[in-house]
Amino acid sequence: MTRAIFPALKRPSAIPGFGLALGFTLTYLSLIVLIPLAALVLRSAALGPAEFWQLVTSPRTLNALRVSFVCSLIAASINVVFGFVMAWVLVRYRFPGRRFVDAVVDLPFALPTAVAGIALTALYSRNGWIGSLIEPNGIRIAYTQAGIVVALTFIGLPFAVRTVQPVLEDIRRDLEEAAATLGASRAQTFLRVILPALVPAILTGFALALARAIGEYGSVIFIAGGRRDTEFAPLLIITRLEEFNYSAATAIGVAMLVISFIILLTINLIQAWSRRRFGSG
Amino acid sequence: MAEATPPKHSARDVTTEGPVVRVVLIAIALAFAALVLILPLIVVFTEAFDGGLGTYFASLSQPDARSAIRLTLIVAAISVPANVVFGLAASWAIAKFEFWGKSFLTTLIDLPFSVSPVISGLVYVLLFGAQGIFGGWLDAHDIDIIFALPGIILATIFVTFPFVARELIPLMQEQGTEEEEAAVSLGASGWKTFLFVTLPNVKWALLYGVLLCNARAMGEFGAVSVVSGKIRGMTNTMPLQVEILYNEYNSTAAFALASLLALLALLTLALKTVLEWRFGDRITGANGH
Repeated sequence: MTRAIFPALKRPSAIPGFGLALGFTLTYLSLIVLIPLAALVLRSAALGPAEFWQLVTSPRTLNALRVSFVCSLIAASINVVFGFVMAWVLVRYRFPGRRFVDAVVDLPFALPTAVAGIALTALYSRNGWIGSLIEPNGIRIAYTQAGIVVALTFIGLPFAVRTVQPVLEDIRRDLEEAAATLGASRAQTFLRVILPALVPAILTGFALALARAIGEYGSVIFIAGGRRDTEFAPLLIITRLEEFNYSAATAIGVAMLVISFIILLTINLIQAWSRRRFGSG
Repeated sequence: MAEATPPKHSARDVTTEGPVVRVVLIAIALAFAALVLILPLIVVFTEAFDGGLGTYFASLSQPDARSAIRLTLIVAAISVPANVVFGLAASWAIAKFEFWGKSFLTTLIDLPFSVSPVISGLVYVLLFGAQGIFGGWLDAHDIDIIFALPGIILATIFVTFPFVARELIPLMQEQGTEEEEAAVSLGASGWKTFLFVTLPNVKWALLYGVLLCNARAMGEFGAVSVVSGKIRGMTNTMPLQVEILYNEYNSTAAFALASLLALLALLTLALKTVLEWRFGDRITGANGH
Protein backbone atom coordinates (compact mmCIF):
# COMPACT_ATOMS: atom_id res chain seq x y z
CA MET A 1 0.00 0.00 0.00
CA THR A 2 2.69 2.48 1.02
CA ARG A 3 4.77 1.44 -1.99
CA ALA A 4 1.89 2.34 -4.22
CA ILE A 5 1.50 5.81 -2.74
CA PHE A 6 5.11 6.66 -2.07
CA PRO A 7 6.40 7.02 -5.67
CA ALA A 8 3.62 9.51 -6.28
CA LEU A 9 4.86 11.72 -3.45
CA LYS A 10 8.60 11.52 -4.10
CA ARG A 11 10.52 10.63 -7.22
CA PRO A 12 13.11 7.87 -6.51
CA SER A 13 16.68 9.14 -6.17
CA ALA A 14 20.12 7.62 -5.67
CA ILE A 15 21.08 10.38 -3.21
CA PRO A 16 20.49 9.54 0.45
CA GLY A 17 19.34 11.78 3.28
CA PHE A 18 15.95 12.85 2.01
CA GLY A 19 14.04 11.65 5.06
CA LEU A 20 16.41 13.27 7.53
CA ALA A 21 16.68 16.59 5.65
CA LEU A 22 12.96 16.96 5.00
CA GLY A 23 12.05 15.71 8.47
CA PHE A 24 14.33 18.26 10.11
CA THR A 25 13.13 21.03 7.78
CA LEU A 26 9.46 20.37 8.50
CA THR A 27 9.99 20.04 12.26
CA TYR A 28 12.02 23.25 12.51
CA LEU A 29 9.64 25.14 10.23
CA SER A 30 6.65 23.99 12.30
CA LEU A 31 8.21 24.81 15.66
CA ILE A 32 9.60 28.22 14.76
CA VAL A 33 7.12 29.56 12.23
CA LEU A 34 3.95 27.56 11.66
CA ILE A 35 2.85 26.71 15.21
CA PRO A 36 3.49 30.25 16.55
CA LEU A 37 1.57 31.78 13.63
CA ALA A 38 -1.20 29.23 14.18
CA ALA A 39 -1.34 30.35 17.82
CA LEU A 40 -2.05 33.88 16.62
CA VAL A 41 -4.85 32.73 14.32
CA LEU A 42 -6.32 30.41 16.99
CA ARG A 43 -6.25 33.14 19.60
CA SER A 44 -8.14 35.50 17.32
CA ALA A 45 -10.59 32.74 16.35
CA ALA A 46 -11.30 32.24 20.06
CA LEU A 47 -12.43 35.85 20.24
CA GLY A 48 -15.47 35.11 18.09
CA PRO A 49 -16.40 37.08 14.99
CA ALA A 50 -18.38 39.80 16.78
CA GLU A 51 -15.64 40.71 19.25
CA PHE A 52 -12.92 40.40 16.61
CA TRP A 53 -14.81 42.78 14.30
CA GLN A 54 -15.44 45.21 17.12
CA LEU A 55 -11.70 45.26 18.04
CA VAL A 56 -10.55 45.70 14.45
CA THR A 57 -13.05 48.45 13.64
CA SER A 58 -12.57 50.47 16.81
CA PRO A 59 -11.72 54.07 15.83
CA ARG A 60 -8.22 53.90 17.29
CA THR A 61 -7.37 50.66 15.46
CA LEU A 62 -8.83 51.87 12.19
CA ASN A 63 -6.86 55.08 12.51
CA ALA A 64 -3.61 53.21 13.17
CA LEU A 65 -4.21 50.88 10.21
CA ARG A 66 -5.01 53.89 8.03
CA VAL A 67 -1.84 55.74 9.08
CA SER A 68 0.26 52.64 8.35
CA PHE A 69 -1.39 51.96 5.03
CA VAL A 70 -1.49 55.52 3.66
CA CYS A 71 2.07 56.39 4.73
CA SER A 72 3.30 53.08 3.27
CA LEU A 73 1.50 53.77 -0.02
CA ILE A 74 3.07 57.22 -0.29
CA ALA A 75 6.54 55.91 0.60
CA ALA A 76 6.28 53.01 -1.86
CA SER A 77 5.22 55.46 -4.60
CA ILE A 78 8.21 57.72 -3.89
CA ASN A 79 10.43 54.64 -3.96
CA VAL A 80 9.07 53.47 -7.29
CA VAL A 81 9.85 56.81 -8.95
CA PHE A 82 13.29 57.43 -7.47
CA GLY A 83 14.15 53.74 -7.32
CA PHE A 84 13.51 53.55 -11.05
CA VAL A 85 15.77 56.53 -11.75
CA MET A 86 18.48 54.96 -9.57
CA ALA A 87 18.17 51.55 -11.25
CA TRP A 88 18.25 53.22 -14.68
CA VAL A 89 21.30 55.32 -13.90
CA LEU A 90 23.15 52.40 -12.30
CA VAL A 91 22.52 50.08 -15.24
CA ARG A 92 22.74 52.45 -18.20
CA TYR A 93 25.32 55.11 -17.36
CA ARG A 94 28.92 55.13 -16.24
CA PHE A 95 29.90 57.82 -13.75
CA PRO A 96 32.34 58.20 -10.85
CA GLY A 97 31.02 56.58 -7.69
CA ARG A 98 28.62 54.30 -9.52
CA ARG A 99 29.81 51.14 -7.78
CA PHE A 100 29.71 52.89 -4.41
CA VAL A 101 26.11 53.99 -4.93
CA ASP A 102 25.26 50.49 -6.14
CA ALA A 103 26.61 48.99 -2.91
CA VAL A 104 25.03 51.64 -0.68
CA VAL A 105 21.54 50.92 -2.07
CA ASP A 106 21.47 47.87 0.22
CA LEU A 107 22.23 49.95 3.33
CA PRO A 108 18.60 49.84 4.56
CA PHE A 109 18.81 46.04 4.52
CA ALA A 110 22.00 46.05 6.57
CA LEU A 111 21.51 48.99 8.93
CA PRO A 112 19.52 48.05 12.05
CA THR A 113 16.15 49.77 11.94
CA ALA A 114 16.58 51.40 15.34
CA VAL A 115 19.80 53.05 14.16
CA ALA A 116 18.07 54.35 11.04
CA GLY A 117 15.22 55.56 13.23
CA ILE A 118 17.30 57.68 15.60
CA ALA A 119 19.48 58.96 12.76
CA LEU A 120 16.48 60.14 10.73
CA THR A 121 14.92 61.71 13.82
CA ALA A 122 18.17 63.56 14.56
CA LEU A 123 18.27 64.80 10.96
CA TYR A 124 14.70 66.03 10.75
CA SER A 125 14.06 67.29 14.29
CA ARG A 126 14.12 71.03 14.97
CA ASN A 127 17.86 71.13 15.71
CA GLY A 128 18.84 68.66 13.03
CA TRP A 129 20.64 69.40 9.77
CA ILE A 130 17.49 69.20 7.68
CA GLY A 131 14.97 70.16 10.36
CA SER A 132 16.76 73.43 11.09
CA LEU A 133 16.52 74.31 7.40
CA ILE A 134 12.85 73.53 6.88
CA GLU A 135 11.15 74.24 10.20
CA PRO A 136 11.67 78.04 9.97
CA ASN A 137 9.77 77.77 6.68
CA GLY A 138 6.86 76.14 8.42
CA ILE A 139 7.52 72.57 7.26
CA ARG A 140 7.59 69.97 10.00
CA ILE A 141 8.66 66.44 9.27
CA ALA A 142 9.77 64.93 12.58
CA TYR A 143 6.86 63.78 14.78
CA THR A 144 4.36 64.08 11.91
CA GLN A 145 3.02 61.62 9.35
CA ALA A 146 5.53 63.08 6.89
CA GLY A 147 8.24 61.75 9.20
CA ILE A 148 6.73 58.28 8.99
CA VAL A 149 6.84 58.56 5.20
CA VAL A 150 10.53 59.57 5.34
CA ALA A 151 11.42 56.51 7.45
CA LEU A 152 9.39 54.15 5.26
CA THR A 153 11.03 55.59 2.14
CA PHE A 154 14.43 54.73 3.61
CA ILE A 155 13.31 51.18 4.44
CA GLY A 156 11.67 50.45 1.08
CA LEU A 157 14.20 51.92 -1.36
CA PRO A 158 16.30 48.76 -1.97
CA PHE A 159 13.20 46.78 -2.97
CA ALA A 160 12.30 49.31 -5.67
CA VAL A 161 15.86 49.42 -7.04
CA ARG A 162 16.76 45.75 -6.80
CA THR A 163 13.66 44.41 -8.53
CA VAL A 164 14.01 46.72 -11.56
CA GLN A 165 17.82 46.54 -11.91
CA PRO A 166 18.27 42.91 -13.13
CA VAL A 167 15.34 43.17 -15.56
CA LEU A 168 16.78 46.37 -16.98
CA GLU A 169 20.16 44.66 -17.41
CA ASP A 170 18.52 41.89 -19.42
CA ILE A 171 16.60 44.14 -21.82
CA ARG A 172 17.80 43.52 -25.37
CA ARG A 173 19.46 46.61 -26.78
CA ASP A 174 18.73 45.51 -30.35
CA LEU A 175 15.03 46.12 -29.74
CA GLU A 176 15.83 49.74 -28.94
CA GLU A 177 18.01 49.97 -32.04
CA ALA A 178 15.18 48.50 -34.10
CA ALA A 179 12.74 51.03 -32.67
CA ALA A 180 15.16 53.89 -33.47
CA THR A 181 15.74 52.53 -36.99
CA LEU A 182 12.00 52.46 -37.56
CA GLY A 183 11.89 56.16 -36.72
CA ALA A 184 10.86 56.19 -33.06
CA SER A 185 12.15 59.05 -30.97
CA ARG A 186 14.04 58.17 -27.79
CA ALA A 187 10.99 59.08 -25.71
CA GLN A 188 8.76 56.85 -27.83
CA THR A 189 11.23 53.97 -27.56
CA PHE A 190 11.29 54.42 -23.80
CA LEU A 191 7.53 54.57 -23.39
CA ARG A 192 6.58 51.90 -25.91
CA VAL A 193 9.50 49.45 -25.84
CA ILE A 194 11.42 49.70 -22.58
CA LEU A 195 8.79 50.67 -20.03
CA PRO A 196 6.24 47.93 -20.86
CA ALA A 197 8.92 45.28 -20.29
CA LEU A 198 9.71 46.80 -16.90
CA VAL A 199 6.14 47.20 -15.63
CA PRO A 200 5.97 43.80 -13.85
CA ALA A 201 9.29 44.47 -12.07
CA ILE A 202 8.20 47.98 -11.11
CA LEU A 203 4.90 46.69 -9.71
CA THR A 204 6.67 43.90 -7.81
CA GLY A 205 9.10 46.43 -6.32
CA PHE A 206 6.18 48.63 -5.31
CA ALA A 207 4.37 45.72 -3.65
CA LEU A 208 7.49 44.53 -1.81
CA ALA A 209 8.27 48.04 -0.55
CA LEU A 210 4.63 48.43 0.51
CA ALA A 211 4.57 45.09 2.34
CA ARG A 212 7.78 45.88 4.17
CA ALA A 213 6.61 49.40 5.06
CA ILE A 214 3.27 48.32 6.53
CA GLY A 215 4.93 46.03 9.06
CA GLU A 216 7.88 48.30 9.81
CA TYR A 217 8.42 49.37 13.39
CA GLY A 218 12.01 50.19 14.38
CA SER A 219 12.80 52.98 11.95
CA VAL A 220 9.38 54.61 12.36
CA ILE A 221 8.87 54.60 16.12
CA PHE A 222 11.37 57.39 16.84
CA ILE A 223 10.43 59.84 14.10
CA ALA A 224 6.68 59.24 14.63
CA GLY A 225 6.85 60.43 18.22
CA GLY A 226 4.20 59.35 20.67
CA ARG A 227 1.28 61.33 19.29
CA ARG A 228 -2.17 59.92 18.58
CA ASP A 229 -2.30 61.14 14.97
CA THR A 230 1.01 59.40 14.18
CA GLU A 231 0.07 56.13 15.89
CA PHE A 232 0.74 53.38 13.34
CA ALA A 233 -0.44 49.77 13.46
CA PRO A 234 2.68 47.97 14.77
CA LEU A 235 3.02 50.61 17.51
CA LEU A 236 -0.60 50.07 18.56
CA ILE A 237 0.08 46.31 18.84
CA ILE A 238 2.96 47.05 21.22
CA THR A 239 0.85 49.52 23.19
CA ARG A 240 -1.94 46.93 23.59
CA LEU A 241 0.58 44.29 24.66
CA GLU A 242 1.99 46.62 27.29
CA GLU A 243 -1.57 47.05 28.59
CA PHE A 244 -1.82 43.22 28.65
CA ASN A 245 -4.71 43.56 26.22
CA TYR A 246 -3.75 40.45 24.26
CA SER A 247 -7.12 40.27 22.49
CA ALA A 248 -6.75 43.69 20.87
CA ALA A 249 -3.08 43.02 19.99
CA THR A 250 -4.07 39.72 18.39
CA ALA A 251 -6.92 41.25 16.40
CA ILE A 252 -4.70 44.01 14.97
CA GLY A 253 -1.98 41.43 14.27
CA VAL A 254 -4.38 39.25 12.30
CA ALA A 255 -5.70 42.26 10.36
CA MET A 256 -2.12 43.11 9.41
CA LEU A 257 -1.37 39.50 8.44
CA VAL A 258 -4.39 39.55 6.13
CA ILE A 259 -3.13 42.76 4.50
CA SER A 260 0.35 41.26 3.99
CA PHE A 261 -1.08 38.10 2.46
CA ILE A 262 -3.18 40.11 0.03
CA ILE A 263 -0.02 41.97 -1.03
CA LEU A 264 1.94 38.70 -1.27
CA LEU A 265 -0.80 37.19 -3.41
CA THR A 266 -0.78 40.27 -5.64
CA ILE A 267 2.99 39.91 -6.14
CA ASN A 268 2.53 36.27 -7.18
CA LEU A 269 -0.24 37.25 -9.59
CA ILE A 270 1.93 40.00 -11.11
CA GLN A 271 4.75 37.53 -11.62
CA ALA A 272 2.47 34.90 -13.15
CA TRP A 273 1.06 37.55 -15.48
CA SER A 274 4.56 38.72 -16.38
CA ARG A 275 5.68 35.17 -17.19
CA ARG A 276 2.67 34.71 -19.46
CA ARG A 277 3.30 38.00 -21.18
CA PHE A 278 7.07 38.11 -21.46
CA GLY A 279 8.00 34.47 -21.41
CA SER A 280 10.02 34.63 -18.21
CA GLY A 281 9.69 36.49 -14.92
CA MET B 1 44.47 57.36 -45.75
CA ALA B 2 41.07 58.71 -44.92
CA GLU B 3 39.43 55.33 -44.56
CA ALA B 4 42.01 54.09 -42.07
CA THR B 5 40.87 56.48 -39.35
CA PRO B 6 37.29 56.03 -38.30
CA PRO B 7 35.42 59.25 -37.53
CA LYS B 8 36.09 60.37 -33.98
CA HIS B 9 32.46 61.01 -33.21
CA SER B 10 30.42 58.19 -34.60
CA ALA B 11 26.72 58.72 -35.17
CA ARG B 12 24.87 59.35 -31.90
CA ASP B 13 24.19 56.13 -30.01
CA VAL B 14 20.46 55.56 -30.44
CA THR B 15 20.18 53.40 -27.34
CA THR B 16 20.98 56.13 -24.88
CA GLU B 17 19.74 59.59 -24.01
CA GLY B 18 21.17 62.97 -24.79
CA PRO B 19 23.92 64.32 -22.50
CA VAL B 20 21.62 66.76 -20.71
CA VAL B 21 19.07 64.08 -19.81
CA ARG B 22 21.86 61.81 -18.66
CA VAL B 23 23.43 64.42 -16.39
CA VAL B 24 20.06 65.37 -14.92
CA LEU B 25 19.14 61.75 -14.19
CA ILE B 26 22.53 61.03 -12.62
CA ALA B 27 22.18 64.18 -10.51
CA ILE B 28 18.72 63.13 -9.31
CA ALA B 29 19.92 59.63 -8.44
CA LEU B 30 22.99 60.91 -6.58
CA ALA B 31 21.02 63.57 -4.72
CA PHE B 32 18.38 61.05 -3.67
CA ALA B 33 21.03 58.54 -2.55
CA ALA B 34 22.82 61.26 -0.59
CA LEU B 35 19.65 62.49 1.09
CA VAL B 36 18.03 59.14 1.88
CA LEU B 37 20.99 56.81 2.38
CA ILE B 38 24.23 58.67 3.08
CA LEU B 39 23.08 61.53 5.29
CA PRO B 40 21.52 59.31 8.01
CA LEU B 41 24.72 57.27 8.06
CA ILE B 42 26.90 60.35 8.52
CA VAL B 43 24.64 61.66 11.29
CA VAL B 44 25.14 58.44 13.28
CA PHE B 45 28.89 59.05 13.43
CA THR B 46 28.86 62.81 13.93
CA GLU B 47 26.40 62.45 16.82
CA ALA B 48 28.39 59.57 18.29
CA PHE B 49 31.58 61.63 18.37
CA ASP B 50 29.76 64.80 19.45
CA GLY B 51 31.34 64.71 22.89
CA GLY B 52 34.78 63.68 21.69
CA LEU B 53 36.60 60.36 21.73
CA GLY B 54 36.71 60.16 25.53
CA THR B 55 32.94 60.37 25.90
CA TYR B 56 32.54 57.93 23.03
CA PHE B 57 34.58 55.20 24.65
CA ALA B 58 33.19 56.00 28.08
CA SER B 59 29.64 55.41 26.78
CA LEU B 60 30.67 52.14 25.21
CA SER B 61 32.27 50.85 28.38
CA GLN B 62 29.22 51.51 30.56
CA PRO B 63 28.15 48.23 32.24
CA ASP B 64 24.70 48.37 30.57
CA ALA B 65 26.24 48.97 27.14
CA ARG B 66 28.71 46.12 27.63
CA SER B 67 25.99 43.77 28.77
CA ALA B 68 23.90 44.75 25.72
CA ILE B 69 26.85 44.03 23.41
CA ARG B 70 27.42 40.68 25.13
CA LEU B 71 23.73 39.74 24.83
CA THR B 72 23.62 40.67 21.15
CA LEU B 73 26.69 38.49 20.48
CA ILE B 74 25.16 35.55 22.38
CA VAL B 75 21.85 35.86 20.51
CA ALA B 76 23.60 35.95 17.13
CA ALA B 77 25.93 33.10 18.09
CA ILE B 78 22.93 30.85 18.73
CA SER B 79 20.38 31.97 16.14
CA VAL B 80 22.71 32.19 13.12
CA PRO B 81 24.08 28.62 13.41
CA ALA B 82 20.53 27.34 14.02
CA ASN B 83 19.40 28.90 10.76
CA VAL B 84 22.50 27.63 8.96
CA VAL B 85 21.68 24.04 9.92
CA PHE B 86 18.09 24.61 8.86
CA GLY B 87 19.12 26.27 5.60
CA LEU B 88 21.42 23.38 4.69
CA ALA B 89 18.79 20.75 5.50
CA ALA B 90 16.02 22.61 3.67
CA SER B 91 18.10 23.27 0.56
CA TRP B 92 19.34 19.66 0.48
CA ALA B 93 15.76 18.37 0.59
CA ILE B 94 14.37 20.94 -1.85
CA ALA B 95 17.20 21.14 -4.38
CA LYS B 96 18.32 17.52 -4.57
CA PHE B 97 14.94 15.75 -4.57
CA GLU B 98 11.63 15.91 -6.39
CA PHE B 99 8.65 15.58 -4.10
CA TRP B 100 5.04 16.63 -3.82
CA GLY B 101 4.40 20.04 -2.24
CA LYS B 102 7.90 21.36 -2.88
CA SER B 103 6.97 24.81 -4.15
CA PHE B 104 4.50 25.24 -1.30
CA LEU B 105 7.30 24.40 1.16
CA THR B 106 9.53 27.02 -0.50
CA THR B 107 6.78 29.61 -0.06
CA LEU B 108 6.38 28.70 3.63
CA ILE B 109 10.12 29.17 4.20
CA ASP B 110 9.86 32.77 2.95
CA LEU B 111 6.85 33.45 5.18
CA PRO B 112 8.72 35.24 8.01
CA PHE B 113 9.82 37.94 5.54
CA SER B 114 6.23 38.97 4.95
CA VAL B 115 5.30 39.13 8.63
CA SER B 116 5.76 42.35 10.59
CA PRO B 117 8.60 42.06 13.14
CA VAL B 118 6.16 43.09 15.84
CA ILE B 119 3.92 40.14 14.96
CA SER B 120 6.99 37.86 14.99
CA GLY B 121 7.41 38.78 18.64
CA LEU B 122 3.68 38.77 19.41
CA VAL B 123 3.23 35.12 18.37
CA TYR B 124 5.74 33.98 21.01
CA VAL B 125 4.10 36.11 23.67
CA LEU B 126 0.79 34.41 22.83
CA LEU B 127 2.47 31.01 23.21
CA PHE B 128 4.79 31.52 26.17
CA GLY B 129 3.72 34.79 27.83
CA ALA B 130 2.03 34.98 31.23
CA GLN B 131 -1.41 34.79 29.61
CA GLY B 132 -0.18 32.62 26.76
CA ILE B 133 -1.11 29.04 25.89
CA PHE B 134 1.83 27.51 27.76
CA GLY B 135 2.16 30.43 30.19
CA GLY B 136 0.66 28.64 33.21
CA TRP B 137 2.70 25.48 32.70
CA LEU B 138 5.96 27.43 32.23
CA ASP B 139 5.22 29.50 35.34
CA ALA B 140 4.54 26.35 37.40
CA HIS B 141 7.87 24.89 36.29
CA ASP B 142 9.74 28.16 36.76
CA ILE B 143 10.86 28.41 33.15
CA ASP B 144 11.28 31.90 31.71
CA ILE B 145 10.96 32.31 27.96
CA ILE B 146 9.31 35.68 27.48
CA PHE B 147 11.25 38.61 29.00
CA ALA B 148 14.30 36.32 29.02
CA LEU B 149 17.03 35.00 26.71
CA PRO B 150 15.07 32.09 25.14
CA GLY B 151 12.33 34.42 23.91
CA ILE B 152 14.86 36.84 22.41
CA ILE B 153 16.57 33.97 20.62
CA LEU B 154 13.29 32.52 19.33
CA ALA B 155 12.13 35.88 17.97
CA THR B 156 15.53 36.44 16.34
CA ILE B 157 15.49 32.99 14.72
CA PHE B 158 11.99 33.74 13.41
CA VAL B 159 12.91 37.00 11.69
CA THR B 160 16.18 35.64 10.24
CA PHE B 161 14.66 32.28 9.34
CA PRO B 162 14.75 32.46 5.48
CA PHE B 163 18.14 34.17 4.96
CA VAL B 164 20.43 31.14 4.55
CA ALA B 165 17.88 28.84 2.92
CA ARG B 166 16.86 31.35 0.26
CA GLU B 167 20.50 31.87 -0.83
CA LEU B 168 21.22 28.14 -1.00
CA ILE B 169 18.04 26.75 -2.60
CA PRO B 170 18.26 28.42 -6.06
CA LEU B 171 22.01 27.79 -6.35
CA MET B 172 21.78 24.13 -5.35
CA GLN B 173 18.83 23.67 -7.70
CA GLU B 174 20.89 25.04 -10.54
CA GLN B 175 23.86 22.82 -9.70
CA GLY B 176 21.64 19.78 -10.06
CA THR B 177 22.31 16.30 -8.66
CA GLU B 178 24.90 14.85 -11.05
CA GLU B 179 27.94 15.40 -8.85
CA GLU B 180 26.20 13.94 -5.81
CA GLU B 181 24.98 10.95 -7.82
CA ALA B 182 28.52 10.35 -9.08
CA ALA B 183 29.90 10.51 -5.52
CA VAL B 184 27.26 8.12 -4.19
CA SER B 185 27.74 5.67 -7.07
CA LEU B 186 31.48 5.65 -6.32
CA GLY B 187 30.67 4.54 -2.80
CA ALA B 188 30.67 7.76 -0.80
CA SER B 189 28.26 7.91 2.11
CA GLY B 190 25.55 10.58 2.27
CA TRP B 191 27.49 12.64 4.83
CA LYS B 192 30.72 12.39 2.85
CA THR B 193 28.91 13.45 -0.32
CA PHE B 194 27.43 16.40 1.51
CA LEU B 195 30.68 17.49 3.16
CA PHE B 196 33.07 17.00 0.22
CA VAL B 197 30.86 17.56 -2.83
CA THR B 198 27.85 19.72 -2.01
CA LEU B 199 29.27 22.01 0.69
CA PRO B 200 32.35 23.18 -1.30
CA ASN B 201 30.03 24.01 -4.20
CA VAL B 202 27.86 26.31 -2.12
CA LYS B 203 30.38 27.73 0.37
CA TRP B 204 30.34 31.30 -0.97
CA ALA B 205 26.56 31.42 -1.14
CA LEU B 206 26.48 30.02 2.39
CA LEU B 207 28.86 32.73 3.60
CA TYR B 208 26.72 35.34 1.83
CA GLY B 209 23.60 34.05 3.57
CA VAL B 210 25.34 33.93 6.95
CA LEU B 211 26.47 37.53 6.50
CA LEU B 212 22.94 38.81 5.84
CA CYS B 213 21.47 36.59 8.54
CA ASN B 214 23.98 37.85 11.10
CA ALA B 215 23.41 41.52 10.25
CA ARG B 216 19.70 41.12 10.79
CA ALA B 217 20.12 38.97 13.92
CA MET B 218 22.31 41.59 15.60
CA GLY B 219 20.17 44.49 14.45
CA GLU B 220 16.66 43.16 14.97
CA PHE B 221 14.55 45.58 16.95
CA GLY B 222 10.78 45.13 16.58
CA ALA B 223 10.47 41.42 17.33
CA VAL B 224 13.01 41.49 20.14
CA SER B 225 11.43 44.59 21.60
CA VAL B 226 8.14 42.69 22.11
CA VAL B 227 9.64 39.66 23.88
CA SER B 228 12.54 41.22 25.78
CA GLY B 229 10.84 43.17 28.55
CA LYS B 230 13.79 45.59 28.28
CA ILE B 231 15.37 44.81 31.63
CA ARG B 232 18.54 46.89 31.83
CA GLY B 233 21.73 44.91 31.93
CA MET B 234 19.71 41.70 31.54
CA THR B 235 17.50 41.44 28.45
CA ASN B 236 18.53 44.54 26.49
CA THR B 237 20.18 43.82 23.18
CA MET B 238 22.20 46.59 21.50
CA PRO B 239 19.29 48.04 19.47
CA LEU B 240 17.06 48.03 22.58
CA GLN B 241 19.75 49.74 24.64
CA VAL B 242 20.03 52.34 21.86
CA GLU B 243 16.31 53.01 22.20
CA ILE B 244 16.45 53.33 25.99
CA LEU B 245 19.42 55.71 25.92
CA TYR B 246 17.79 57.79 23.19
CA ASN B 247 14.49 58.06 25.07
CA GLU B 248 16.42 59.16 28.16
CA TYR B 249 17.81 62.06 26.09
CA ASN B 250 21.25 60.50 26.38
CA SER B 251 21.71 61.03 22.68
CA THR B 252 25.50 60.79 22.53
CA ALA B 253 25.56 57.42 24.31
CA ALA B 254 22.72 56.15 22.11
CA PHE B 255 24.58 57.14 18.96
CA ALA B 256 27.85 55.69 20.27
CA LEU B 257 26.23 52.29 20.59
CA ALA B 258 24.38 52.84 17.31
CA SER B 259 27.70 53.60 15.60
CA LEU B 260 28.89 50.06 16.42
CA LEU B 261 25.78 48.68 14.72
CA ALA B 262 26.34 51.04 11.79
CA LEU B 263 29.94 49.78 11.51
CA LEU B 264 28.60 46.24 11.45
CA ALA B 265 26.24 47.25 8.64
CA LEU B 266 29.08 48.86 6.67
CA LEU B 267 31.28 45.80 7.17
CA THR B 268 28.42 43.58 6.03
CA LEU B 269 27.88 45.71 2.92
CA ALA B 270 31.61 45.74 2.11
CA LEU B 271 31.99 41.96 2.47
CA LYS B 272 28.79 41.40 0.53
CA THR B 273 30.02 43.60 -2.32
CA VAL B 274 33.39 41.82 -2.38
CA LEU B 275 31.66 38.43 -2.47
CA GLU B 276 29.44 39.60 -5.33
CA TRP B 277 32.43 40.83 -7.34
CA ARG B 278 34.69 37.87 -6.74
CA PHE B 279 32.22 35.00 -6.64
CA GLY B 280 29.06 36.41 -8.20
CA ASP B 281 28.47 33.36 -10.37
CA ARG B 282 29.01 31.02 -7.44
CA ILE B 283 26.52 32.90 -5.24
CA THR B 284 23.58 33.43 -7.52
CA GLY B 285 24.37 30.73 -10.08
CA ALA B 286 25.66 31.22 -13.62
CA ASN B 287 22.46 32.91 -14.76
CA GLY B 288 22.47 35.49 -12.00
CA HIS B 289 23.97 38.90 -12.46
